[in-house]
Amino acid sequence: MNEFVETLLDLPWHEPKNSYDVVVIGAGGHGLATAYYLATRHGITDVAVVEANYIGSGNSGRNTTIIRANYGIAESVRFYQHSLELYRSLEEETGCWIMHSTKGLLWLAHTESGMRAERARSLLNQACGAETVMVTPEEAKRICPQLDLSGGGRYPVLGASYHPGAATARHDRVVWAYAQGAMRRGVHILQHTPVTGLLRDGERVVGVQTDGGPIAAGIVMSAVGGRVTTIAAMADVRLPIRTHPLQALVTNAYAPGFGGIVSDSELLCYVSQTARGQMLMGAEFDSQPSYSMASSFEFLQSVASKVTHILPFLRDLRVLRQWTGICDISPDYSPIMGATGVDGLLVTTGWGTWGFKAIPAGGEAMAELIATGRTPSLIESFGLDRFARDYAMADQGSAGTR
Amino acid sequence: MLWITCPTCGERPITEFRFGGELPHVPDRITDDAERNLDWVWMHDNVDGVTTERWFHAAGCRRWLTLRRDTRTDRVVA
Repeated sequence: MNEFVETLLDLPWHEPKNSYDVVVIGAGGHGLATAYYLATRHGITDVAVVEANYIGSGNSGRNTTIIRANYGIAESVRFYQHSLELYRSLEEETGCWIMHSTKGLLWLAHTESGMRAERARSLLNQACGAETVMVTPEEAKRICPQLDLSGGGRYPVLGASYHPGAATARHDRVVWAYAQGAMRRGVHILQHTPVTGLLRDGERVVGVQTDGGPIAAGIVMSAVGGRVTTIAAMADVRLPIRTHPLQALVTNAYAPGFGGIVSDSELLCYVSQTARGQMLMGAEFDSQPSYSMASSFEFLQSVASKVTHILPFLRDLRVLRQWTGICDISPDYSPIMGATGVDGLLVTTGWGTWGFKAIPAGGEAMAELIATGRTPSLIESFGLDRFARDYAMADQGSAGTR
Repeated sequence: MLWITCPTCGERPITEFRFGGELPHVPDRITDDAERNLDWVWMHDNVDGVTTERWFHAAGCRRWLTLRRDTRTDRVVA
């Protein structure tokens, strides 16, 4: 929450009905973007978004807000590049200032095998419409003067891939921009309405059961982050998801103008600067699946030792805040979008540590699927059925975590 | 920090262990052999509550152990 949300938004709140054409579970980025695009692109406004807590209370309010498209498989590069472009025009489209800022992203390599991976990534990105180029250590230093090219003597920078289109945006503003756009067109958002079950008619899912009573729906979409396995199990759908905690932290403010976003696939950490000047950083998710949102000292210790190798100035800053989200990790580190095998139930999950950047494209594609009944070609490789077909979309190296 | 009691080494910090996954469990209602196989290979219960799982004591005795953990509190339970 911030002053923008409190004072500038004038939202029409609606009395809940007991039946909608579409019910979306989860008022985070993906759920709200789907509702927004259903209303704006397809004229479907008989939509309810039901949320167990408040708007953006899950991972949409906990992520590290990086938008990039430098992925390692063609289908992903095209998908995330489309999302990156939708983000660029989102302020114009919604009329909301989401603090979008194109910064560029350096992905450092410290070994020959790391360099080879970055070269391959750059070439694939260029072939698929995303801009990623290789830069020398000196060029990297020009982009980010704070870099220690010796990596603290232990991780010398041999080069980097540079992705100039990478950006950041204020995460809760993105969520509220979609919420506002959807609500003004008649979408209902029901906060503090946990889904306790799914209504079935034979095999088909025909609505959701909530604390406030049943809500009938022509189609139900789960955009849940965290407890998606529980929701899917209500319709006997099995998911290949493990839910892991992911932690992040911000420091006190540093002089504004830190060069871009710095990421490191060998140290597995990433650093950017928020609009307030705070240094925002994250690293790997916790090894054990858990729904606990406790922050740990081991994480603080591990991320601090990593980032100070490449950005020594960070050791003089103080940690202001550390927090945790719970993210749904798919076995191939790619999202799962589309049909579940049960009529009337769609799912968008497996957003792991890469969900924020995908909000516009994921929402747009799911809205098209709901409106037309056809899976858009942009996401057809990301269906749940890919595991049965032995066609995993393995791209762990691009997640920047493990 | 999560502490794990290793049968060989006693109570040790989680950083010494490697997570080995929940014990695979295919629901009885799945009867088709191919579907059972798919479920065994890919799907998880991803329990929101007490789960039974395997851990490997990588920086200790290098043996596997089975324990029960509450995923809501991240504490090992008896």
